[in-house]
Amino acid sequence: MPQLTVGQALNQALREEMTRDDTVFIAGEGVGVSIHDNPMLPTAGLLRDFGPRRVRDTPVSEAAIAGLAVGAAEAGLKPVVEIMFNPFFTLASDMIVNHAAKLRYLSGGKSAFPLVVRIKSGAGFSAGCQHSHNLEAWTAHCPGLKVVMPATAADAKGLLKSAIRDPNPVVFFEDMMLYFAPGPVPEDEYLLPIGQADVKRPGRDVTVVTWSRMLGVAFKAAEQLAAEGIDLEIVDLRTLAPLDKETVLASVRKTGRLVVLHEATRTGGFAGEVAAVVMEEAFESLKAPLRRVTGPDIPVPASPPLERFYIPDAEQVITAVKDIM
Amino acid sequence: MAIPKDKMLEMLHSLLLSRRFEEALTELCQVEGKIPGMMILCTGQEAVGAGVCAALRPGDVIITNHRSHAHLLAKGADPKVLMAEIYGKRTGCNKGKSGTLHLALPEIGAPCTSTVVGAGPPMAVGRAFAQQYRGEPAVTVCFVGDGATGEGSFHEALNLASLWNLPVIFVCENNCYAGAQRLEEHTRIENIADRAAAYCMPGVVVDGNDAPAIYTTALDARARAAAGQGPTLIECKTYRWRGHGESDPQHYQPKEEIAAWRARCPVARMREAVLALGLISTDDLSAMETKVDALVREAIRFAEESPYPEPREALEDVYA
Repeated sequence: MPQLTVGQALNQALREEMTRDDTVFIAGEGVGVSIHDNPMLPTAGLLRDFGPRRVRDTPVSEAAIAGLAVGAAEAGLKPVVEIMFNPFFTLASDMIVNHAAKLRYLSGGKSAFPLVVRIKSGAGFSAGCQHSHNLEAWTAHCPGLKVVMPATAADAKGLLKSAIRDPNPVVFFEDMMLYFAPGPVPEDEYLLPIGQADVKRPGRDVTVVTWSRMLGVAFKAAEQLAAEGIDLEIVDLRTLAPLDKETVLASVRKTGRLVVLHEATRTGGFAGEVAAVVMEEAFESLKAPLRRVTGPDIPVPASPPLERFYIPDAEQVITAVKDIM
Repeated sequence: MAIPKDKMLEMLHSLLLSRRFEEALTELCQVEGKIPGMMILCTGQEAVGAGVCAALRPGDVIITNHRSHAHLLAKGADPKVLMAEIYGKRTGCNKGKSGTLHLALPEIGAPCTSTVVGAGPPMAVGRAFAQQYRGEPAVTVCFVGDGATGEGSFHEALNLASLWNLPVIFVCENNCYAGAQRLEEHTRIENIADRAAAYCMPGVVVDGNDAPAIYTTALDARARAAAGQGPTLIECKTYRWRGHGESDPQHYQPKEEIAAWRARCPVARMREAVLALGLISTDDLSAMETKVDALVREAIRFAEESPYPEPREALEDVYA
């Protein structure tokens, strides 16, 4: 199987869907000509290969970008628009939260909004909190949206292709540090269903539920703990909405212990939702209280030692696991 | 160039229907338990929807807002499904999910109604983009109030529509008030149409109570848009006879001001114009008014006899 980075896998997904379906178009700030010109970017080379009709650089106008997607989707096109950094979601949020998510419902099911909002996310490049702020829990709180946050190159490809074909608005969070992370990627038609978590590492003792870049942190912790005889089961949520409760609950029922790990801040983070589901539906299986490992409740700081302090690491996962063993 | 007779009569019918529809709503919303929620009327502003929609063709799209009744009726909405939706009934155009505020009728080309002030323009950009992308000869109209022009989304959308030469017509229905604020209290701009200059598009001021004048202006803007010459901003200067909503006591609107604008009633003006031009006899006009009255009565009967949705229907239509 070919090795691609997550960025290349996303690029392949976009190319395949654009080739397959003329109604798919790309729009956003720098999706054609970019200040971040890099072959690992998902939109690299698309303008050259698909032309300016289908690859639309926009002004710095997030509300208009998202509104473009809403209006065009209602008309039957398949917009794939990009928000350059996760915190800029706030500027597009009225169109996504009040319109993409609600207009189908308000129409009594007459209209559909098959659009994808790709949001470049994640800390780790010392840009500070107005460029780094993972807001996936906000979007998962909005009925009408689907929320996808892949961790591996293969998942990125399969889920983006499914997102583009989905008849609903999909918010697709891409961790920028993962753009450079390689992995095997199936060629051609590779579609993964939205709403399906994946057990990335089967294990016996403790379930770690995580998503996006924190999957790597979970694996690092698992390797170290394996040396001590502690066997982690890692569930990659991949989709936050709709939430695949069954996979999470099955794992917790097997291990009896749960750590939820995410990069986003703690209070109101999606770990709370996962924890609530487990408490409601699998409380009797728990052998110990669950633990959350998350970013602290602070804006993401810029200076490297401060930012490293912010981002959850394997040590914190190991501590949490040992705490409930 | 004289406006064809059928267009004049179409506008007259639309004005009479909108007025009668809202006169009925004015009374109905006073009756406890009949109509849930807010009641936001466009009484006195009906010429805008009537004039603009008469200039449109099948396939053209309108994006409207919370003050939508005249726009939707002029675009061809069935008064029965509108009234049933306003009543919160299952037979309403949106199965009771919308109520009066976000009436959406994709079947008549009115798919994306929003009550978020200023939200229409970005969606209109998207709708018009789809028309351009597919090479359709159609255009998109976006109705906004004067208040919406204070939103950033309005300016982002006009800029993008102009940049991409999109087939869109922005119609600002300047009714002198944004909520309780008079125009001069929320902007230094005297003519909202002047804002068009910032986006290199034509900005046209028109008497918002003169349906034929609005029709002619919209026809020009439509021709420009359909010919690939890009968007136009039309400002229709009109007046909100009622409060922001029916619960608004209008303390801030001088009575003399309301009276002066009532004297410029767009429905009466159209009726007189059509009679003066000899386009309709007084008998035929009476017959049209009787027919409009019957349409509204039938809509009310339909709404009142229709069932409410079952509570659990609230769970439907979230996802496709």
